[in-house]
Amino acid sequence: MSKFKKKKGGDLPAVNTASLPDIVFMLLFFFMVATVMREDTLMIENRLPSADQIEKLEKKNLVMYIYVGKPSSSYKAKYGDEARIQLNDKFAQVSEIQAFIAAERASKREEEIPYLTTSLRVDKEANMGIVGDIKQELRKANALKLNYTTTQGDVSNNN
Amino acid sequence: MAKRSAPEVNAGSMADIAFLLLIFFLVTTTMEKDSGISRKLPPMEESEEDVVIKQKNIFTVLLNGKDQLLVEDELMELKDLRAAAVEFLDNGGGENADGQKCDYCKGKRDTNSSDHPDKAIISLANNRETSYKAYISVQNELVGAYNELRNRRALEIGPQQGFRDMNFIEMQKNYKDVNWPGNRKKLEEVIDQIKKEYPQKLSEVLE
Repeated sequence: MSKFKKKKGGDLPAVNTASLPDIVFMLLFFFMVATVMREDTLMIENRLPSADQIEKLEKKNLVMYIYVGKPSSSYKAKYGDEARIQLNDKFAQVSEIQAFIAAERASKREEEIPYLTTSLRVDKEANMGIVGDIKQELRKANALKLNYTTTQGDVSNNN
Repeated sequence: MAKRSAPEVNAGSMADIAFLLLIFFLVTTTMEKDSGISRKLPPMEESEEDVVIKQKNIFTVLLNGKDQLLVEDELMELKDLRAAAVEFLDNGGGENADGQKCDYCKGKRDTNSSDHPDKAIISLANNRETSYKAYISVQNELVGAYNELRNRRALEIGPQQGFRDMNFIEMQKNYKDVNWPGNRKKLEEVIDQIKKEYPQKLSEVLE
């Protein structure tokens, strides 16, 4: 009798989780390698516009970043609602751009300086006034290579 | 005394530790997107001499403070801008500075529009109140117009030089790619020729 006792009760065998750490480690290593730690902490809203006729920026170490946008919510009380420039980790005036470019140039090797590119990361809601001022300062600093950094996408996404 | 074997370390929590690290890196990862529209600013020193440019060789694009687009004194939708710019650049109604006709142009050859791609200038004026997204959209369309013409030209002259089925964008990509097996020097010549035939002449004004 007992020989044919039906195996009911649905005791599913436990799934072997011995390889789980291996899988997790694999993922972990992928993300560790792919991670680029943000160099600048953004203090502004920075939603880039989209465009489709874009070129990739090469040589990341030869790029200078200028961020423009409205101060994010935690800075709104102090810095107001108007779009502002952020250089490195702090808000800056238009007049500080030339000094910033000079400092960036000083930190690079001499033969690399002609290849320095400025990446303008401007929030899509910003006005052209401030961008025009920045461009004028860049011309004065003779930093003529410019990249309007955008996301990949159709221009109709911009509205 | 018999040697006692060391007790085994319990590795059961290894997965938890790994998960913790994994989640940390997942959260901090920003897949960087560094691409955009490249431009070169004009140098500061301005030449004093006045260059006389015929009105028909200038394609004025005006973007006002309300993001409305005025092209050659007419209101235009953004989606029509690229076609209008291509038509203007590719018109080829006259001769360039060397007195050559544009034999590769496929435009209408209207004598009231641009003479030669070499002479055709797009002038982009914008207001301080213009929004950046509208400006980028317009820039994108204008670059798109140039790329369209250059791609077309690349497909025409590429096969003669042995670069089949490669448009201008791909040519530039291959040229930059160190692993590309083809003839780099020849490709550079083709790229330079196309750039010369359809030069990007874009002047910007901030009002």
